[in-house]
Amino acid sequence: MSILVNKDSKIICQGITGSQGSFHTEQCIEYGTQVVAGVTPGRGGAEHLGVPVYNTMAEAVAKTDADVSMIYVPAPFAADAILEAADSGVKLVVCITEGIPVNDMVKVKSALRDNDCRLIGPNCPGIMTPGECKIGIMPGFIHQKGRIGVVSRSGTLTYEAVYQTTTNGLGQSTCIGIGGDPIRGMSFIDCLELFEADPQTEGVIMVGEIGGTDEEAAAEYIQANVSKPVVAYIAGVTAPPGKRMGHAGAIIAGGKGTAAAKFEALDAAGVTTVRSPAELGSKMAEVLG
Amino acid sequence: MNLHEYQSKQLFASYGIPVPRGIPAQTAAAAVKAAEELGGNFWVVKAQIHAGGRGKAGGVKLARTLAEVREFADGMLGTRLVTHQSGPEGLPVNIVYVEEGSGIERELYLSMLVDREVGRVSFIASAAGGMDIEKVAEETPEKIFSITIAPDAGLQDYQARQLAFGLGLDKQQMRQFGDILQKLYRLYLECDASLVEVNPLITTREGDVVALDGKINIDSNALYRQPKLVEMRDESQEDEKEREAAEHDLSYVSLDGNIACMVNGAGLAMATMDLIKLHGGEPANFLDVGGGATSERVAEAFKLILSNDNVAAILVNIFGGIVRCDLIAEGIISAVREMGVSVAVIVRLEGTNVEKGRQLLADSGLDIKAADDLTDAAKKAVAAAV
Repeated sequence: MSILVNKDSKIICQGITGSQGSFHTEQCIEYGTQVVAGVTPGRGGAEHLGVPVYNTMAEAVAKTDADVSMIYVPAPFAADAILEAADSGVKLVVCITEGIPVNDMVKVKSALRDNDCRLIGPNCPGIMTPGECKIGIMPGFIHQKGRIGVVSRSGTLTYEAVYQTTTNGLGQSTCIGIGGDPIRGMSFIDCLELFEADPQTEGVIMVGEIGGTDEEAAAEYIQANVSKPVVAYIAGVTAPPGKRMGHAGAIIAGGKGTAAAKFEALDAAGVTTVRSPAELGSKMAEVLG
Repeated sequence: MNLHEYQSKQLFASYGIPVPRGIPAQTAAAAVKAAEELGGNFWVVKAQIHAGGRGKAGGVKLARTLAEVREFADGMLGTRLVTHQSGPEGLPVNIVYVEEGSGIERELYLSMLVDREVGRVSFIASAAGGMDIEKVAEETPEKIFSITIAPDAGLQDYQARQLAFGLGLDKQQMRQFGDILQKLYRLYLECDASLVEVNPLITTREGDVVALDGKINIDSNALYRQPKLVEMRDESQEDEKEREAAEHDLSYVSLDGNIACMVNGAGLAMATMDLIKLHGGEPANFLDVGGGATSERVAEAFKLILSNDNVAAILVNIFGGIVRCDLIAEGIISAVREMGVSVAVIVRLEGTNVEKGRQLLADSGLDIKAADDLTDAAKKAVAAAV
């Protein structure tokens, strides 16, 4: 088992003919991911990277029966692409695109409330089930099929957690980058709920960062609902208030969203925390015994 | 991107939101002329900088005569104003805003921003205007009222009433307040604002509701569709290094320490700063070279780092996923060589082609210390910076 995606997942890439879309889709295909089609408006009928290109998601889904969309569409058009994917009937939308205006995401978030389609991202590395399916921009080779679920707001810190659990032999069930924007699809809690229910997952590594209160909410959720061990790290202890630290969502505003407050909430909820990102893997190994 | 008060108020006015009449001026003479044009018998001279706390710092002054307008404008223009939000170096005052005086009865607080928890635009109002809202939230949270707006339904009258009753407005003020909220909501969406703050929003002795101050931040992700607002950008108010960095697609924030960091990925960049601190050092900056780090970007990043005289060591931390470590290594080598870097450079590479990358660094003949892992890198950097 794994969560959300596996070897049977059929993926459509929106924005497949763009440079980012082409580059990363090729790597996904190389990894063994079943990419069944691409969508670029106006390029329907063409073939790209060995798969058919359609003008619309509706057509692509009707022809291929795909269940996941992976989006590399440029930011000005990405909100539209997410909603097109959600309307097409796919069950999961993974939006890699960075730089979508916040007000666009307010609309998307609202429109998705009445839809059972899940959104991962935007501004994220994607989702990967090692040995089965890679959807996004993460380096496939550092992963190894195994016991740990990884969920993170940061791309490269996801890779750290993955790499450490690969080198110490734990491996990963599924890894999800939920993204660095202030408004996003799946939250820590959504992922924790799925990892808790997944028999392959024995422990969860959660990597948060400054900004917002998702980690505090997750702490409360873990205390009440998660029986599996969780090891958590929060980036940004040294980040000054009021400054955006790379990610649009990584900002301490109005005294809210500090790393200290998040660590405190997690500690109070009985979650195992590490102050050094270098100890994510070793601490998980220690906790699992 | 931030707007000045006078620009924010011009936008308010264009949406029909009541503001005092005012004129921006770049010289003392122009300030006097502005006051004459406005008429009346008292004026407020306000330094235009991208930071709050101007009043306490002497950046807002009440003038009773034209001579005072001249004196205050002269005293502000060409100086740097230091407030508790401006940083120790302050921000340059190139423009003063001369405004007609207002008869203030009550000072209220009103702001709009996205509530991340619900993913909606929210209004926050408080009867304690003119004060630091964070302090109010902490000490007297019962004085703060907020609503969030469902994007498809828009702002509802009952929501406006909810805030108005909380603020204790009378019937006439309530109607004006509701109108102001609707207009602000439209402005927020149409201008792609990420923050609108009116502190204070006042009631006048005549019983009207007026925006006495205004602060608008625009979502930088949306600037591509806000050409008119982009023209309002004032680069003199921005951190020079941060601006330069942005031009090269680098994300940079200056800090006070002496260990510079260069990292790919925002989360890992923050984590690297934290690790330096954890091992007893102080980071000199946040620097994310991005997922698609190239040797050119690495070179630009070094330039940026080295422009800070405090830097005593440089820690490069790259997790090469899609980026190849050997290419990054080449970038580091050529940058160190060309720029004649004299401080210690510690490099931690991991990921694609890492062995090749490490070999290149080792063979370069340069004094570049390779680190085995994250912890080792932080320890070496801290040791080198002492």
